[in-house]
Amino acid sequence: MTTNNTADSNTTSNEQTPDEQSVRSEVRTWLEQNWDPNLTLLEWRKKLIDSGWGVPAWPKEWHGRGLTIGLGDAVDDELRKMGAVSVAKTGVRMLAAATILEHGTDMHKAKFLYPLLTGEDTWCQLFSEPGSGSDLAGLTTRADFDGENWIFNGQKVWTTSAHHAKWGMVLARSNWDLPKHQGMTYFLIDMEQPGVEVRPLRQMNGHASFNEIFFTDAKIAPEFMVSKEGNGWKVAMTTLAHERRLADGIRSWGRGDKGSGRVYDEQKAEIATVMEPYKWYPQRAGRVDLLIERAKATGKYDDPTVRQAIAKVLIMAKAAEWTGRRVKAAHALGRQPGPEGSLGKLAGSQVARLAAQAHTLIAGADAMLTSEDGAMDGLISEILISVPAESIAGGTDEIQRNIISERGLGMPKEPRTDVDRPFRDVPRNTVG
Amino acid sequence: MQYTFSDEQEEFRLIVRRFMDDKSPTTEVRELMATDQGYDKAVWKQLSQELGLPGIHIPEAYGGQGFGFIELCIVMEEMGRALLCAPFFSATALAATAIMSAGTEEQKLALLPDIASGETLAALAYNESSGHWDPASTALTATPSDDGYVLNGGKSFVVDGHVADLLIAVARTPGTSGIYGLSLFSLEGKGEGVKRRLLQSLDPTRKLAQIEFDNAPATLLGELDAGGTTLPHILDLAAVALASESVGSAQKMLESSIEYALLRMQFGRLIGSFQAIKHKCADMFLEVELAKSAAYYAASAAAEQTPDFPAVASLAKACASDTYMKAAQECIQIHGGIGFTWENDTHLYFKRAKSSEVFLGDPNYHRDQLVLRWED
Repeated sequence: MTTNNTADSNTTSNEQTPDEQSVRSEVRTWLEQNWDPNLTLLEWRKKLIDSGWGVPAWPKEWHGRGLTIGLGDAVDDELRKMGAVSVAKTGVRMLAAATILEHGTDMHKAKFLYPLLTGEDTWCQLFSEPGSGSDLAGLTTRADFDGENWIFNGQKVWTTSAHHAKWGMVLARSNWDLPKHQGMTYFLIDMEQPGVEVRPLRQMNGHASFNEIFFTDAKIAPEFMVSKEGNGWKVAMTTLAHERRLADGIRSWGRGDKGSGRVYDEQKAEIATVMEPYKWYPQRAGRVDLLIERAKATGKYDDPTVRQAIAKVLIMAKAAEWTGRRVKAAHALGRQPGPEGSLGKLAGSQVARLAAQAHTLIAGADAMLTSEDGAMDGLISEILISVPAESIAGGTDEIQRNIISERGLGMPKEPRTDVDRPFRDVPRNTVG
Repeated sequence: MQYTFSDEQEEFRLIVRRFMDDKSPTTEVRELMATDQGYDKAVWKQLSQELGLPGIHIPEAYGGQGFGFIELCIVMEEMGRALLCAPFFSATALAATAIMSAGTEEQKLALLPDIASGETLAALAYNESSGHWDPASTALTATPSDDGYVLNGGKSFVVDGHVADLLIAVARTPGTSGIYGLSLFSLEGKGEGVKRRLLQSLDPTRKLAQIEFDNAPATLLGELDAGGTTLPHILDLAAVALASESVGSAQKMLESSIEYALLRMQFGRLIGSFQAIKHKCADMFLEVELAKSAAYYAASAAAEQTPDFPAVASLAKACASDTYMKAAQECIQIHGGIGFTWENDTHLYFKRAKSSEVFLGDPNYHRDQLVLRWED
């Protein structure tokens, strides 16, 4: 991520980097002449992509204008001001795009990038497996070359949007004789084929936001390999780096643009489909915003033990928010961010748990009820049964603590017994 | 709202830190904590003359340095880190703040310059033997006399009260109750009718005194019966200053824990390579950083006088007290048996953590205040 930014912000020697004001004025002029909310979403996006203003920070030969990320943000800002709908950014498509741009062949770029930006193709990410959660490099989905195609067998899990995805980014083991990180290869797989079965995975809160994927002799032609055989881990790290960088984006593109016209209606429908799996995410984070209001409404505010519970949440939540702002403020001054930047996830888990405890105290006996019988039509019970995901999804608290202590505090790794031998000799789960 | 320190503030912090590293190694702390006086006069003089710290947040018009509350909190944080034994918290953070908030213009001109120069040691005599932190619990009385007032009753837990030249005492007009009828008074530490006793405190690095007032002549500070308005703000500022000191000490506990974990071998490995220790340190780091953010935010809210200040002052105090106490506890735990010895320095910090945990109100008190003061 850091290297990307550096590379992007370096002025290329033979071309002058335009200044922000001229870029803004150029895109405004273009939008004034071309933006039309009565086009179809597809018509508009094609026009936007063809102009280079859809993804201005991408290379010129691939739908962009080779601008810096900062100037790209300025262009996005002008689109927002005009109320103009952007290229499709929902789901994991931008992770796929970043990976293809960095590691893909020209064929990949020509075939995938355009329909990805128009929104015609939906993507999914097939990394996690039942047998390898925190230890992603321990995956056991096999990719075997039969002389013509790569043949896939195995199981993936926690895949958002797989049920309507056309393409998947998939990481599989192609060599069992090498140490675990060296035997994986990265592919782009056609999800609409007989060997790929997608089943919804129901969670403890009743929602089914994710899927399980079963590969039974699924086929991938060799030209859909990304980078080279055995280089899968490195490519996957690119995808994951962008996942961390784009995590904040979920909220912003989940809002969509306001306005009336055909293009808005179609965008609304697109967002509704993509955001459906995320509708319980605010509850997963504990709904700190509801605590005092609920305590006052139920009369529990008068109970000092309830106030203690609420205060514990407020302290953690506000201090975490201010820590985030400290990091941003230091960053804005050009200071090297310290390890405190890695703390937000761990703080969020604790906030969620404390909030669930406080909501339970406030709800009292009502905490036993759900749906229409529960407090706030079941919203409170949804908090109570969604919070356990917060400390697991996107990296467990335990993995976060490893990362913080190793990278932030300079503490040594635990000795490992899984990286110094062929993967086939590493003890592993029998499932998956 | 200021979310980060300016380059000048960072530079100032480094200067203070270098001074503390030089003047307050734990060997020095150990020597001073064994004395009744509790501080080194030569170091106090240097700290006053070379760095001007006692007047850090006192306006230049009253002989101070004219910096703000954020700089005061930077000093507190660095003093906490080094566990400095000096009457800074008592004279500058507590007493001078009280005079600045409650005194008349004339009184500020008369009292503050000598505090700013470090020549006068002042102490805030607020709490009483009841141990309550709510101003309404004040029982000391102030009765009008021919040339002012006389105080009757007692104060306790007065930081550096045994050496203070000047006492700022909170007392009530006889016949009043609650937060009504409270006023601040100034009087000489060695004045008539004042009897002082050094208390045997669990934390020997912070000296506490009990003071008896027997018809002790005193001067009204500011307006009569205005304490109900001025005191809560004075105490909130004091709580944020103490929170800043606590996060400085807590950071030191974290560093000491990691340093030892990367030194100590057991089972053929550094103990810092075990997840049981690493995860403990990661949690400490999280808590210390969150407590810093809370203290910094509260200091900034004090400086900018934002409406959320009373709530965030309590937030910062509760957060810093819990964090420091826990960090000191975990630091002992990570050190194992040696952490429980007198020879190891951790207990010095542990004891300061304990006294800071309850001073100005314990975490439960401030959590309750936080919610009651919270406005969305």
